[in-house]
Amino acid sequence: MKKIYRQGEVSVTALDGVDLSIVKGDFMALAGPSGSGKTTLLNMIGGLDSPDGGSILLNGQALEKMKPSQLADMRLHQVGFVFQSYNLIPVLSAVENVEFVMLLQGMPLQERRRKALAILDDVGLAGKYGRRPAELSGGQQQRVAVARAIVGAPAIVLADEPTANLDSASGKDLLKLMQEMNESKKVTFIFSTHDKMVMEYARRLTLIRDGRIVEDRRK
Amino acid sequence: MILKLAWRNIWRNRRRTAVILTAIVIGLWAMVFLSALMRGIADRMVKNAISTMTGHIKIYHAGYRNDPVIENRIENPGEIKNILQSLPAVRQFTSRIRVNAVAANARHSGGVTLVGIHPGREAGISFTGDAVTEGEYLKDEESQGILVGRALLEKYETRIGHKLVLMSRDASGEIASRAFRIRGIYDAELESTERQFVFVNLAAAQEMLGVNGDVTEFSLLIDDYEEAAAVAASVGRRFDGDDLAVYSWKELLPLVVAVLKMYDGFILFWFAAVFIAIAFGLVNTILMAVFERIREFGLMRALGMKPSFVVAEVSAESFFLLFIGTVAGNLLGAASVAALSQRGIDLSAFAKGIEFAGMSRIIFPVLELGDILTADAAVLVLGMAVGLYPAIRAARFSPVEAMVHM
Repeated sequence: MKKIYRQGEVSVTALDGVDLSIVKGDFMALAGPSGSGKTTLLNMIGGLDSPDGGSILLNGQALEKMKPSQLADMRLHQVGFVFQSYNLIPVLSAVENVEFVMLLQGMPLQERRRKALAILDDVGLAGKYGRRPAELSGGQQQRVAVARAIVGAPAIVLADEPTANLDSASGKDLLKLMQEMNESKKVTFIFSTHDKMVMEYARRLTLIRDGRIVEDRRK
Repeated sequence: MILKLAWRNIWRNRRRTAVILTAIVIGLWAMVFLSALMRGIADRMVKNAISTMTGHIKIYHAGYRNDPVIENRIENPGEIKNILQSLPAVRQFTSRIRVNAVAANARHSGGVTLVGIHPGREAGISFTGDAVTEGEYLKDEESQGILVGRALLEKYETRIGHKLVLMSRDASGEIASRAFRIRGIYDAELESTERQFVFVNLAAAQEMLGVNGDVTEFSLLIDDYEEAAAVAASVGRRFDGDDLAVYSWKELLPLVVAVLKMYDGFILFWFAAVFIAIAFGLVNTILMAVFERIREFGLMRALGMKPSFVVAEVSAESFFLLFIGTVAGNLLGAASVAALSQRGIDLSAFAKGIEFAGMSRIIFPVLELGDILTADAAVLVLGMAVGLYPAIRAARFSPVEAMVHM
């Protein structure tokens, strides 16, 4: 897979022939320095961007052949996102943020409310359902983001530097939570990170540099 | 959820929301109140004109309008009276003699319109019934008395009890004259009315002009002056071939009708101008709110939200702002009109200029449902239309570009 960004006369090769297979249940860290292409690769896998060469197959579907509406549908049902800066909707409460994805999926109110409450309990936010993001700590907000990412039963969760804005204790708690989700619910996690703690928790480590995979090993 | 999201989003920046809401409320209020004021002016103009001897419907001799001389008079009023009494659409009617005359006393002489009336019937149809402010109204059997307007009284430097001589051409073509004694003084909305019309008993006028029981016109009142054209047509069909002509007030007062149309146009123009001002404010406010939330929209698109949902959510924000502003603006407009409904707006200080325009001295605003609905539709419907621009902008943010936006 290749991706080149062009700005006027200047072109930057973000991905230069990446060849990668991800297995269901992987708990994988995609590590590398800033500008190595980690986020670009994550965006490709998540259907947020399209390659200039090569192909991306998610459960057998070629993403580069999909129309924007099909990609949106694919993201809605098959991909969960956890972002560095949480990216919760500030005017919605914790439970409403989690419900949001299920609302877009068309799930009825009672069912989505039940699932949202259950997943918030699972991530350790019992009793905080009605709090808005501004009323939660960074770690708690990221837990809501994780809950939102997995509540729709996606095939894969893409976490872009999820611990970057957290202190080490909160980061560790978050990783343990995601590890639990991976083991109990068999959710595939791919992290983009340069946090050593994340790399330690990952069962598969893929190093990327200058748009190329330089190392890919399972522990 | 989209409505919940939209409702909460508009209150994220309360100050900005308050500013745009204030703009919409004031805009709507201005639309409603000014249109009510203009309708009030128009309504008084029409009612003044109708009560100043026009009535809702008039019946004349076929040639009278082109040549209002005594020869063009109605010679069988009794038959017409019987027919009019049988028509359910006709609420009230009276007959008159109206001719041009010269009024003279020792000090002055000048042209007037001599109107011979049934005092009792006339009181319920024209302004004369409650216009006498000094002296007394004419009695049905009164033959010597005359009612004059205050402006004419002052012009002629005369007073109640004094004589006024009237001269006019009678049915035989000779000059007829008769002295009357001023019994009462009336005050009208317009000074020009006071200077123009003098009223005597119908029998006295008929005797002076030598017309036996003939009259020059019938004046009719119906329940709703807006229906006058239709009723006039149906009354006219009853008198087909009788050498009579039946007119609605609109045909008799083309200037008033033209002014009403001009007011209609002005109201629409005013609505358009106010709406354009509101639209700019609304688009600016929603655009600012959208650009502040670029990352949020990127997130929503990344999560799988379709662009149409984004458009719906931003449009819902526009709708809430417009709806609240419209309701509050209507309430403020209605309250303003209600506050003025008892005393009106007194424009006496501008009496001369106002009279020239045919307006009354006191204006009572009149709310018309059509104007309210037009103003509301302009703000709500057109407002939603212009609100689509920021909504579509929001939907076009690419998730990747939006989420890296600082």
